[in-house]
Amino acid sequence: MSVPTTPVAAEAAAEQTQDSTRKPATRRRGKAPLSEGKKAERRLGLLLCAPAALVMIAVTAYPIIYSVWLSLQRYDLKFPDERQFVGLENYVTVLTNEYWWTAFGVTMLITVVTVAVELVLGMGLALIMHRTLVGRGIVRTAALIPYGIVTVVAAFSWRYAWTPGTGYLANLVGDGAPLTERASSLAIIMLAEIWKTTPFMALLLMSGLALVPDDLLKAASMDGASAWQRFTKVMLPVMKPAILVALLFRTLDAFRVFDNIYVLTAGGNETSSVSMLAYNNLIRGLNLGIGSTMSVLIFLTVAVIAFIFVKLFGTAAPGSSEEERR
Amino acid sequence: MAALDNTARAKWRWGLLDVVVVVFALTPVLWIASLSFKTPATLTDGNFIPREWTLENYRSIFATDQFVRALINSIGIALIATAIAVVLGAMAAYAISRLDFPGKKVLVGVSLLIAMFPQVSLVSPLFDIERRLGIFDTWPGLILPYITFALPLAIYTLSAFFKQIPWDLEKAAKMDGATQAQAFRRVIAPLAAPGIFTTAILVFIFCWNDFLFAISLTSTERSRTVPVALSFFTGESQFEDPTGAISAAAVVITVPIILFVLFFQRRIVSGLTSGAVKG
Repeated sequence: MSVPTTPVAAEAAAEQTQDSTRKPATRRRGKAPLSEGKKAERRLGLLLCAPAALVMIAVTAYPIIYSVWLSLQRYDLKFPDERQFVGLENYVTVLTNEYWWTAFGVTMLITVVTVAVELVLGMGLALIMHRTLVGRGIVRTAALIPYGIVTVVAAFSWRYAWTPGTGYLANLVGDGAPLTERASSLAIIMLAEIWKTTPFMALLLMSGLALVPDDLLKAASMDGASAWQRFTKVMLPVMKPAILVALLFRTLDAFRVFDNIYVLTAGGNETSSVSMLAYNNLIRGLNLGIGSTMSVLIFLTVAVIAFIFVKLFGTAAPGSSEEERR
Repeated sequence: MAALDNTARAKWRWGLLDVVVVVFALTPVLWIASLSFKTPATLTDGNFIPREWTLENYRSIFATDQFVRALINSIGIALIATAIAVVLGAMAAYAISRLDFPGKKVLVGVSLLIAMFPQVSLVSPLFDIERRLGIFDTWPGLILPYITFALPLAIYTLSAFFKQIPWDLEKAAKMDGATQAQAFRRVIAPLAAPGIFTTAILVFIFCWNDFLFAISLTSTERSRTVPVALSFFTGESQFEDPTGAISAAAVVITVPIILFVLFFQRRIVSGLTSGAVKG
């Protein structure tokens, strides 16, 4: 049994894209008469999966369709009588609204910067956790704490750290109140995000590191490859699928940023993310029409990002799964 | 001798890097803990280590209904959601890793999609649907979305664990006359217990952590969880600074995470690196 690591996800993604080409073949094979045992196996398989599949579809697919329906209506809980079908009017309202685009820009900025920094730090942390000669258990335990801690708790810790007077960090940077200015607020939000999620990135990358054969590294080193050459020429190519998976999950996760912003700035000084904005329109504004429109737009954005990544997988995954099968 | 020197130097270098990681990871946690032990007079002195220690903050939060109720909600909701997600996830993961049936790839694909799903997209429809169904601001109203988003994590982690189980034992059991279901319950389930336990920890951490659903789908103390209650803390009177109380409450909900990490580091790492996706 080869090590079933994150490429599982890569494979699944690849399989999904190849599904359309593969299906006819499996179907034709499926038409051959089935033995009793085979039939029972199929029945049991479907039976075992049904509850999980039903819950997942009932709680996501139905609401997202319902949310598309809501997004086509004027529907404000403060004025329930004015509910009516308005077509794409909500989309025009949102897409011509500068707050939406500011929030979109903030979300994109946070996503790109944090994921890039996390990739570098995460790779460093993965190497340390994987190769350190001393205290491996201690490093791994310590690194899991940011992963496990409740985001809101960490966010409060950062907020108080940067509160003038109260915080140890605020006193280091002088008189200003960093959380009342836009640039410094965004920097702190990103710091909090990076602190919290770098370990997760590192763990995903570590599963890729585990696939790098030690013999290969030794051979490269005997051939006179420097540490940097060994990293770029030997490790990175083997780790490519793991890196793509880590990037995909972190990018989509970063795009959902909400908790840290809520606690650190509550969206003040134009630091709202799209999630923050949708939440505010819904819960604070009770405007289901506009809130749903934003939900649908966020969903579409995420789908586009995922699609781009899956396209990348498409070229990376077949090679990697072949290697796994060997 | 030179080689010995080299390894010693390498050990020091790794040791130094270890220290950097540990300090970086622990500082924010120690800081919030430090705040929780400070007296009101020294709360705003900006010192990393408290000058005067007190347990008053903890006493005060456990004296309020607001916090105790939220803690009960958090524990109850996370435990129930974890139990259901792990059971449903184990059934599906067993089928995925062991059985041949149509729709397997679709299920894996759907789980993958849900793992990447922007949760905020569900907030508005769920808000409306749950109000109609009458489960808004109730335990089931939160448990349901938690199960949904925990399932992909559970299915991926468990399938990875299940693939490492010696399945010949199952064949042996079947040869002895056990049905597939019996083989699962009697032979495989005990072998799978460590993987199931690890998955349960990961799923629990996920449910324990959630803020977005908890703040959108609750409106009273009836079902508000601790992360949400924290953001509503105001202190005992209007003029009291809630910093100490928030810090103490934050530390209380961090304790289970620290315990999990301390005792099950190896399991959590193996769970997360064996094909895990974050919910």
